[in-house]
Amino acid sequence: MTPPPERIARFSHGSRVPGWDEAVDLELDPAEVPDPATTEVPADLRQEIMSRYPERHSAALPALTAAQRRYGWCSPEALEQVACVMRVTPAYLAAVATFYDMLRVDPAPVDTHAIYVCTNISCSLNGADALFDAMRAAAGDDEHFDVRAFECLGACDIAPMASVDGTYVGPLAPADCVRIVGQCRAGEEVLPERQLARRKAADTLAREAGLK
Amino acid sequence: MSSDLLFEGIDEPGLATLEGYRHRGGYETLPKALRMRRDEVLNELIESELRGRGGAGFSMGKKASFLPKGDMDKYLVCNADESEPGAFKDRELMQKNPHQLIEGLIIAAYATAATRAFIFIRGEYAYVADILERAVAEAKEAGYLGERVLNSDHNLILWVHRGAGAYICGEETALLDALEGKRGNPRLKPPFPANQGLYQGPTLINNVETLSTVPHIISMGAEEYVKLGVPNSTGTKIVSVSGNVQRPGNYEIELGISSRELICDLAGGPPAGREIKLWFPGGSSSPVLTADDLDLPYDFDSMAKAGSMLGSGTIIVVDDSNDVLDVALKVAKFYRHESCGKCTPCREGTNWTVKMLERIQRGEATPMDLDIMASVQERIIGHCLCVLGDSMAMPIGSMIAKFRGEFEAHMESARDEGDRAAIEAAA
Repeated sequence: MTPPPERIARFSHGSRVPGWDEAVDLELDPAEVPDPATTEVPADLRQEIMSRYPERHSAALPALTAAQRRYGWCSPEALEQVACVMRVTPAYLAAVATFYDMLRVDPAPVDTHAIYVCTNISCSLNGADALFDAMRAAAGDDEHFDVRAFECLGACDIAPMASVDGTYVGPLAPADCVRIVGQCRAGEEVLPERQLARRKAADTLAREAGLK
Repeated sequence: MSSDLLFEGIDEPGLATLEGYRHRGGYETLPKALRMRRDEVLNELIESELRGRGGAGFSMGKKASFLPKGDMDKYLVCNADESEPGAFKDRELMQKNPHQLIEGLIIAAYATAATRAFIFIRGEYAYVADILERAVAEAKEAGYLGERVLNSDHNLILWVHRGAGAYICGEETALLDALEGKRGNPRLKPPFPANQGLYQGPTLINNVETLSTVPHIISMGAEEYVKLGVPNSTGTKIVSVSGNVQRPGNYEIELGISSRELICDLAGGPPAGREIKLWFPGGSSSPVLTADDLDLPYDFDSMAKAGSMLGSGTIIVVDDSNDVLDVALKVAKFYRHESCGKCTPCREGTNWTVKMLERIQRGEATPMDLDIMASVQERIIGHCLCVLGDSMAMPIGSMIAKFRGEFEAHMESARDEGDRAAIEAAA
């Protein structure tokens, strides 16, 4: 996923976002807290960052998530704007962004579909590795899909499963992947009949079956 | 066979709404709690002997009583960063009965005089967080949250805070750092969060299931509650059963029923024709048990006596069609990925364990490597700020101890295969 050198995004002062595979340019001064007079921040993004917390630092994760939703990834532009509102340095936010799995630090288009295939123990005991391969194959090299093998997503009752733009679906077979990718492209609801949100608890089913 | 508390009517339509929850008697316990003195509520919680459902199993009431008294900003944080491989009980509780958690949270905040509360939910549970946010708005509207809760002298503001994907944030001090907008690195303890937690203030951190149990304890009284379960493991527990079982899912049981009943009767046991090879009784962090341990009662003390732990109540069953090496490698890779990198034994130990397991897989290992690997595990345990490293060391160590023969057989066959391939390549 490393972008070719000419595509590496840089801050307005020329420094690049740290944490990527290439060495940082040590000739440059570190970025300071961006100046609100020169940093333009979309009003709705500013609103989303500042509306929630008593301590402004606490807004870091929701703010970066909001910025990613707007820009597709935690780009230098996004970090600079968030840093400007939060009154911290872009480097501070870059350090935070690189720590968390759901924050993207590689360029991605705005309407990227996040497909996380759980490949942890319970899912892999039920065929998750083959599912992940099939999902990758179904998405091909379409840059609008961020298909990733993810650690336990907390839905082992529908193993093997995937989170498609936040919607949990399962149990899945490799043959379902083409349909899932198709539904994402068409903007449709993903496998409505197999969404976790509509499933009864195993406890209830056991009670109904007289097991409990 | 077992009485349901937390899962009572869990699939009733509309339970997630305020109206639905009230219809089932919800928010009737809160006025009762607010009429009691704070220390009376705290006392009920201590006497209920409720042990934390997040993994450590420490007495919830005692933990709450460690918070200093007096007039200061105190915080209550609900740990909803459920990321333990195999655990999915909190998800179902929050998705289907969010108000039960909120009511428990308000009562616990009242008992400790906390005025600000957070639910830290893992970022992956986005749709559950949406449900929680709706429920919080409803509760606020109805006067259960905000200034002067139900005209008492208790104030409480509640935020739902979403994480962004990091297992380590389930560790309480790493969670606090994440909540403060930092990288989720664990802190040195002491000071414990009860004295210096969020924003350096006294903080009580409890798991979703623990807080969801609170209204039931206050409603029925500690005296009745301790009759559920067995001594030292009181009450009911939601257990997530998954892996090679026919009916995976969450089951509410009274602590102390036999593990076989839970795994084989409720969850249906392994697929037809398969036998249980090993099982994790408390998530992937717990030392593994074998089919011989199935008749043990499922409670905190019995699991500890068997050399493992109940943890968050998360059973993963592995049947005999699986290679123990593959399971060990999955476990080790997970902890390598999730290690925050702050402490050397964990950062390096998880990495080396993966490398050594891969060597076994490639046929480049000798039996001595198993001893080295076991010693790596011993050197991680107890040597880090948090127990993430231990969480890999314990299951891996137990797998080496209990399935040594299988590791060795794998080494032999992989090496023979490698030799054959080398000979063929040379010829």
